[in-house]
Amino acid sequence: MTDSVKLNAKVSRRSLLKGAAGLAGLAAGSGAITGFPYVKSAEPKVLRYLGTGVNEGDLIGQQCLKDTGIKIEYISATTDDVTKRVITQPNSFDVLDTEYFSLKKLVPSGNILGLEAKKIKEFNNITPVFTKGQLPNGKKIGDQGTAPWKVLYLEGANSKNFSKTATDYVTLIPTVYNADTLGIRPDLIKRPISSWAELLNPEFKGKASILNIPSIGIMDAAMVIEATGQHKYADKGNMTKEEIDLTMKILTEAKKAGQFRAFWKDFNESVNLMASGETVIQSMWSPAVTKVRSMGIPCTFQPLKEGYRSWASGFCVSKAATGPKLEWAYEFVNWFLSGWAGGYLNRQGYYSAVLSTAKANMSEDEWGYWMEGKAAKGDIKAPDGSLLEKAGAVRDGGSYDDRMGNVACWNAVMDENDYMVRKWNEFIAA
Amino acid sequence: MTQSRTSLIAWLQAGPMMLVFVAFFLLPLIFVVIVSAWDYNEYEMLPAFSFRGYTDTFEGCIVQLPELCTILKTYAKTVKLCFLTWLITLTLGFTIAYFLAFHIKSKTWQILLSLLCTIPFWTSNVIRMIAWIPLLGRNGLINQGLIDLGLIKVPMEWLLFSEFSVVLAFVHLFTFFMVVPIFNSMIRIDHKLIEAAYDAGASGFQTLVNIIIPLAKPGIVIGSIFVITIVMGDFVTIGVMGGQQIASAGKIIETRLNALQFPAAAADAVILLGITIVIISMLTRLVDIRKEL
Repeated sequence: MTDSVKLNAKVSRRSLLKGAAGLAGLAAGSGAITGFPYVKSAEPKVLRYLGTGVNEGDLIGQQCLKDTGIKIEYISATTDDVTKRVITQPNSFDVLDTEYFSLKKLVPSGNILGLEAKKIKEFNNITPVFTKGQLPNGKKIGDQGTAPWKVLYLEGANSKNFSKTATDYVTLIPTVYNADTLGIRPDLIKRPISSWAELLNPEFKGKASILNIPSIGIMDAAMVIEATGQHKYADKGNMTKEEIDLTMKILTEAKKAGQFRAFWKDFNESVNLMASGETVIQSMWSPAVTKVRSMGIPCTFQPLKEGYRSWASGFCVSKAATGPKLEWAYEFVNWFLSGWAGGYLNRQGYYSAVLSTAKANMSEDEWGYWMEGKAAKGDIKAPDGSLLEKAGAVRDGGSYDDRMGNVACWNAVMDENDYMVRKWNEFIAA
Repeated sequence: MTQSRTSLIAWLQAGPMMLVFVAFFLLPLIFVVIVSAWDYNEYEMLPAFSFRGYTDTFEGCIVQLPELCTILKTYAKTVKLCFLTWLITLTLGFTIAYFLAFHIKSKTWQILLSLLCTIPFWTSNVIRMIAWIPLLGRNGLINQGLIDLGLIKVPMEWLLFSEFSVVLAFVHLFTFFMVVPIFNSMIRIDHKLIEAAYDAGASGFQTLVNIIIPLAKPGIVIGSIFVITIVMGDFVTIGVMGGQQIASAGKIIETRLNALQFPAAAADAVILLGITIVIISMLTRLVDIRKEL
């Protein structure tokens, strides 16, 4: 008895947290049920927006309110926590901002509504990257992993199955995507880097880093292993058990040899590692590279000959959203694709799903720099007005066609995900 | 009659706490134990009896012998970090508490100086941990300073993202949890006892070992429980300070949760709980806290 009493200090803290999270969810969820009776003229248009922060921003929220009268309430969480919340508390949000690879978990849970394609005004103008897996100029791009076009359509409005052919029901309306590669410190490496293989090059012993999100980290590792010629994967985004074993074995050997300085999990960690010079080569995200550069430290989002690992996100709607909420959700998605937000995202180095409307919201010079790989004629500024690049600069990796055209694989959830997660824990413990 | 009334009042007084305890501690704990024996798939828990969470966790533990399997390696590492942290915080905490209790005569100064011990808590956990990088990093203050002084030529890399930095961060954070209960026990020690020991010819060391340590035992045990339970379940500090390269029991649970494998995470939580209970009960063998308080 005394023993269990003494344990309180530890366990009650954890269970309290859980209780608090539950209550918060209850409070958020009850909004839909206990809200005031619906009066069309009086009720403010409010959408609860659950997401990871990529598409978020006060400026987007303000502009949306101005243009449509819809007030966006952001609920921000990490990729993993967003997924957890969709599965466990589907009533706690209206609009969901998530990535295509999460759909393999979200759609079978039945908590996501199939959106009607014909209600999305710009649906036919969405870049063929999403609908057909090719660039606007017709070039086919890599389809390894959970490529968006594999999970874009549902068989029916309430189906839990993905459709292989185009239907009227869409799982997730794309908004933003990018091609990821390694970030490097050119001032410390002092020589050209052109292959993923360099991540495990002993030359950078103790100065390399990899992403500690298992499903993405293992794909970066696969890019490296393929680049060194040790194995050719049929699909890097869907490995067999043997392939997972091989990948983790090579990673574990590198870890034991002291190749990695640290692993990182969130945006700020990756910025800190790179900016402080703790690492000189690592998996990275585009805005993190921009952040390091804005601190006056040289950092390159290095294009590599094996290609990019791509990701894409967009909007889902909760099955719990009905009536006016659902109409506002469509209105919001349509507003998002109508150009202002697209221009805003393009200016941060991401890509907008509807290129034509984004182009109309950017200056010719901005479009040339971000999308066409041209040298900037004037200074390039971030959406908040701060200076990003001086006149004459050219974007790392060049044009849209050069970057998206060289995508090798997409962020993925593997069939052997459970096994992979166990192996990843083993790798961390090694 | 009177007796049943007093007992009713006693129950009423304990009632609110008991309700909170049952609702927020006992019930969730029971759920965790139940869920740990469920099955799961990619996105949901399946309420069917399965020990998969446990068997997966101990995967390879027999096959790989004599080499340790993942879970044993992880626990060996966690317990090692926990032991080091405990040893250092205890030594530091005891010394600081001793200084506060016996060398500072004024109550005001005692309070002021104990408040100084809370300085590490004035900023958020994350900021505090990120702040170690400019100090301990490859190009950090310490390495640059030593290089400038000509004492070393190459930066010492083990200062950061190592077991050293993990233990350092733990000590920095949790020494306070040792100081407070030990200090609390020490100020209750009757000064006449120490005077008597002195009069009887005991040396300073003998007084410490025979009088102060035994009487400060409850404080030591309570402080130890704080430190051990927090460190055993930690995954944030070990993650950030260990560069995410050091495994911990908490980290395993987190990875499982993030992969939506709730039953497996619950199974790992039950295992962690069991091991922590064993450690704590060994500690409480040393002293009956309820009697001492």
